Amino acid sequence: MIGRIVKDAGIAALITFALAGPIVGLPILSGPQGNFVLGSRFGDVAIAVAVVFVGRAAYLALREALPRRRIAIPLGWSAAAAPLGRWFAPALIAFAVLLPLLPFADRRVLDVAILVVTYVMLGWGLNVVVGLAGLLDLGYVAFYAVGAYSYALLAISFGLSFWECLPLAGLFAAFFGIALGFPVLRLRGDYLAIVTLGFGEMVRIILVNWTSLTGGPNGITGVPRPSFFGIPFSANPPEGTTSFHQLFGLEFSSLHRIVFLYYLVLALALVTNAVTLRIRKLPLGRAWEALREDEIACRALGVNPTATKLSAFAIGAMFGGFAGSLFATRQGFISPESFTFIESAIILAIVVLGGMGSQVGVALAAILLIGVPEWFRDLDQYRMLAFGAAMVAIMVWRPAGLLSRRAPTIRLKGG
Amino acid sequence: MEYFVQQLVNGLTLGAIYGLIAIGYTMVYGIIGMINFAHGEIYMIAAFVALIGFLLLSPVGAGAVALALILVLLGAMAITAVYGWALERIAYRPLRTAPRLAALISAIGMSILLQNYVQLAQGARVKALAPQIHGGFTLFGSGGFAVHVSYLQVVIILLTFALMIGFTLVITRTSFGRAQRACEQDRIMAALVGIDVDRTISMTFVVGAAIAAVAGLAVTLYYGVIDFFIGFLAGVKAFTAAVLGGIGSLPGAMLGGLLIGLIEAFWSGYASVEYKDVATFSILIMVLIFRPTGLLGRPEVEKV
Repeated sequence: MIGRIVKDAGIAALITFALAGPIVGLPILSGPQGNFVLGSRFGDVAIAVAVVFVGRAAYLALREALPRRRIAIPLGWSAAAAPLGRWFAPALIAFAVLLPLLPFADRRVLDVAILVVTYVMLGWGLNVVVGLAGLLDLGYVAFYAVGAYSYALLAISFGLSFWECLPLAGLFAAFFGIALGFPVLRLRGDYLAIVTLGFGEMVRIILVNWTSLTGGPNGITGVPRPSFFGIPFSANPPEGTTSFHQLFGLEFSSLHRIVFLYYLVLALALVTNAVTLRIRKLPLGRAWEALREDEIACRALGVNPTATKLSAFAIGAMFGGFAGSLFATRQGFISPESFTFIESAIILAIVVLGGMGSQVGVALAAILLIGVPEWFRDLDQYRMLAFGAAMVAIMVWRPAGLLSRRAPTIRLKGG
Repeated sequence: MEYFVQQLVNGLTLGAIYGLIAIGYTMVYGIIGMINFAHGEIYMIAAFVALIGFLLLSPVGAGAVALALILVLLGAMAITAVYGWALERIAYRPLRTAPRLAALISAIGMSILLQNYVQLAQGARVKALAPQIHGGFTLFGSGGFAVHVSYLQVVIILLTFALMIGFTLVITRTSFGRAQRACEQDRIMAALVGIDVDRTISMTFVVGAAIAAVAGLAVTLYYGVIDFFIGFLAGVKAFTAAVLGGIGSLPGAMLGGLLIGLIEAFWSGYASVEYKDVATFSILIMVLIFRPTGLLGRPEVEKV
């Protein structure tokens, strides 16, 4: 037995050596005359090989030593989560609403919270397309970008206020959703994935190159900050206007705007959630879910696949557009760099990790994937490395997502 | 006319590289029905290993370019093959029976992981390699414009051509090829007649990665500059090529790769460089609208 373990661990160590040897052990460094020379870092390779050898051996030894018993976490979790679910979602919402009032809610906490809730909203929006209608969309970031740029351009060029821009941005994004939807109606599965990915990249490339409209790679600066229904949050408002803190007789604090923005994002996210949950109960939502399960059976039953798919794309895109507007007004600056494929991948990961179609699962996954790494910003270099590793690990551990139990839309009475 | 032929040569070189990467996508898709999203990163790692190989060999044998080329090629193929194997073992094998989206997310996670791993280990700055194969010849020319073909382009196209012949022989004549095709048709049935399915799938990743290594070496030689991010766009385009040719079809992958390379070269030459990727994706969408199974793909018969 010992011999087998040593042999197995030795093979793992050899493979690690092959993997890490050239890439880690021989870094390409800039030489003195601008050429490139090789350095050496075999200490790190030796550490990696040793860690893998010991780790693999310990794992195998533990597996042999412990009695073979299936640990029932995967099954037990979902069953235990069912009664939890009844109060968990309201508790989560209550916590989100009370967050700015809590003592530890400083600027940094609120910034992270706004980011997390924005991603929750994006996740819920994409969930309509992927989770409910079963259309794999790898280019969701395109709608996010359309929303952000529509808001920025409308607000700067026409001086429209946030509340006028928001529905327009959603509308534009929905139009883009339909524009994408039309050509891909006949596609499914991976063909759909690659075309949506291409669409997302096309939008980004156009944003980079259409310099006269979008400012190209430099992006758009000076996007107007949100106002409290027309009342600015500035410390010294221009002559003849009242500022937010003057109106309510408060001490000026830059936190007011952040808190307002947080509630704005939260409210819109909850609207997204409410709309999605309602639509699921409408014939349209049932048609989405039926289409996801079996397109041919749907056609046979008289469901119009064209209208059903397009509506899913349009509504999902609209929520993406709303989130984009919020992003633009929060940042005050947008550039194509914020809308790369990696964003689409992160949003899709949130939906799939959350357990497709589960609204609470999406919220949890967003906290896990966005909030936790944001906490470790100091370890910036390793952040994305750990992010990728976490995506793989969670999928291997729970392939159906964190909360894979989805409440059925309709239940038969009696029986 | 001269300009046209010049773009044709450039496009064929580029297309050969895309085609080599596309083979890895199409083989994996054929056998386990998933997009191996991290395949582009395998190609990027191959490019780094090739550059490291050239830097290692440069003080030793500066004169023998051909020997260095063969050594680096074999080294890069071996190292990337191990990467391909490890990728499948860690990220895909546990998800063999899981929903398809789970495997896709795992693949995207692996892609992010590998990109950042190389960035951490090798730094984010662009790396460059001095040209290794010099010279070329003039095909024909008139009116001040000569069609120039570099020896490097000849080497890349010939290498790709030789690899394609060898690879086709492997798939059609060897027992691994038979097992590979059998698993592609029906994995359970293949297991019942005694084929080691796990091993065959592992070998598919190994072979796909080794072929991508050739593309990585070619790009290191051809452009001379690489960074940790080259895998993404090349991967997306190669996957586009695989879909264009009909995913699951090996000649389709090569044809798709050549077409994508040609489209890119002609679009850059005659229209605009900035929008070459938009042109590529637009043509992909057009093809999929009118021929959803790709150029050489078999239509999938769907049963209820």
